[in-house]
Amino acid sequence: MRITTPEFSANAKAALADTDLQDALAKLRAGFTERRSKATERLPEFDALCDQARAIKDHVLANLDDYLVRFEARVIEGGGEVHWCTDAAEARDVVLALCRAAGAKSATKSKSMIAEEIALNDHLEAHGIEPIETDLGEYIIQLAGEPPSHIIAPAVHKTKEAVADLFFEHHAQYGYNQRHEEAADLLEEARQVLRSKYFEADVGITGANFLIAENGSIVTVTNEGNAELTQILPDTHIVIASLEKIVPTLEDATTILRVLARSATGQEFSSYTTFSAGGRRDGDLDGPSAFHVVLLDNGRSAMLGGEFQDMLRCIRCGACLNHCPIYSAVGGHAYGWVYSGPMGAVLTPQLIGLEAAGNLPNASTFCGRCEEVCPMKIPLPRMMRRWREREYETRLQPAVSRFGLALWSWFARHPAAYGLLTRLAARGLALIGGRRRRIGWLPGAAGWTAGRDLPAPEGRSFRELWAAGKR
Amino acid sequence: MSSRERILGAVRAGLEGTAVGRDPAAVEARLAAHAPGLIPARGQLDAAGRLDLFIAMAEEVSTSVTRVGAMAEVPAAIAGYLAEHNIAPIAKIAPDPVLDAIPWQAAPLLDLTRGKGEDADKVSITSAFAGIAETGTVMALSGPHHPTTLNILPETHVVVLRADQIVGAYEEAWDRLRASGRGTPRTIMLITGPSRSGDIEQTIQLGAHGPKRLHLVIVDAPS
Repeated sequence: MRITTPEFSANAKAALADTDLQDALAKLRAGFTERRSKATERLPEFDALCDQARAIKDHVLANLDDYLVRFEARVIEGGGEVHWCTDAAEARDVVLALCRAAGAKSATKSKSMIAEEIALNDHLEAHGIEPIETDLGEYIIQLAGEPPSHIIAPAVHKTKEAVADLFFEHHAQYGYNQRHEEAADLLEEARQVLRSKYFEADVGITGANFLIAENGSIVTVTNEGNAELTQILPDTHIVIASLEKIVPTLEDATTILRVLARSATGQEFSSYTTFSAGGRRDGDLDGPSAFHVVLLDNGRSAMLGGEFQDMLRCIRCGACLNHCPIYSAVGGHAYGWVYSGPMGAVLTPQLIGLEAAGNLPNASTFCGRCEEVCPMKIPLPRMMRRWREREYETRLQPAVSRFGLALWSWFARHPAAYGLLTRLAARGLALIGGRRRRIGWLPGAAGWTAGRDLPAPEGRSFRELWAAGKR
Repeated sequence: MSSRERILGAVRAGLEGTAVGRDPAAVEARLAAHAPGLIPARGQLDAAGRLDLFIAMAEEVSTSVTRVGAMAEVPAAIAGYLAEHNIAPIAKIAPDPVLDAIPWQAAPLLDLTRGKGEDADKVSITSAFAGIAETGTVMALSGPHHPTTLNILPETHVVVLRADQIVGAYEEAWDRLRASGRGTPRTIMLITGPSRSGDIEQTIQLGAHGPKRLHLVIVDAPS
């Protein structure tokens, strides 16, 4: 997948002009935020649960090595295997090798952001294994050849008509020749097409919302039931998860689950929360016989003990996206890679480098809503600010911004010069504004004046008025 | 160096000198105690309150519920439900002693086959390990008596649950699981309503990949 993060500004401009996308985003704003607020109001203990959830993750992160080793031991006891992978390339190769060992021609997949992060589908495809996304949203964007535009609603930018076109084009090979436009018919067609894919697949690949150290089980949360079909029907179940997904006990997972769905979709609980451990037991009539957990680092260990450790508490609920004025205006694709919104603006520079992702921490109004709604209380604005500072320190910022900041800091340190400048500017702008006191065009300020007039000052600076006693 | 050693080394190096600090004794104690966190007040009702909340929460997510007074009434309740929804009375039933004890001959039109779920199955009948009042959730454990495929392949999943299996909060179900001494099953499903998707224009549709209908037959506890 081509990373277009450096082109954020151009992406955002295109997104703002896309009326279908704007309709979808308006619906998302109204839907997810309203449902979340109703669900949290209905549970008086919600805030206290968030505090506990946060404390659980902080405790895990402080003892992560210990918990990882214990989780691994439980998986092995249960007949499974753990594969440690330092980076995306290693994880892709491990999954490919496991698929080959299982003699797989195709692999069903339930939605996994980690699989997106390591670009697993392209790798499997390039090596002759057909990856089949089974989450309806992921399936739609797989057919379209696009990355997800939201971490829990990957195809939120697609209209019904666009889905109808995709299904009409791609399902003809299975004998579906009618173009359906009703959501119910589209869903039924996808259900039928994917049903046979589940049975044909030799390997099922899922992500994990949690890895439980206590008993070596992994937890998937879905509304569709696709994670269950993905892992129960094939003979091999591969789980891909990053290090920080660990929680100590079933009870700890339960506490976090109480805030997850409410923050994400505003549901009391998702339809399916499934705990899976090892292969099928003696006497079981179904379930996989092989169970593999691919544990991915890919830059996470480097976040421990540093300024971005708090980001490892993230449970990928998407609340920060749904409440972000920037995300709501431009959608997920503008961010140019896998993770979007405030959590993406913090995580992406860590994962693909500040050079490529420097735009993202700047795509924020710092309104603070993301931190307010985050169930894990991650200080997202503070971390975005830290990335901006790093960008300045490492001279990655564009020359114009650097020059502007240098100029500003010089004036801030020279009050007399600052006073002179503001007096001159106030008078100059008042003159340009004329009797209408509006400025329609100003060199260097086209970004403002292209869309609206700049109100002109009255002719005297704030400090002059203050000195004159007009407070 | 293996990737395992490299990752653990990097994790330990990162944690070196952090304010909180590693605490192996706290890890050990936490795993041994598996103490519950905060349990919402609604998860702590008495038996009658639990049952009412369980049914209300289940119905809110489109689960349908029938209550019967005894196990002997289950066959008629299921046959009635299927007839009402115009569903052929042919079902795959879990090879479960609890279900075997039900006098199915009371509903002679019900055509039952024991086994795991298959693609062709339209209706499945299973028991469950627990009902959780907090969110109207059914807990199903995999095992020889309960193939997971029955929970997820058929269009209609019928669950037979005794009222005394309904607990207030998830944590009580974990306690019951630990007390049962059966170890960790391969698959534990917490099922809250039928399958659904909002992926097409954010409109919720039932029956995405899993069941389109989830029906509970709650058998009142013998008094």
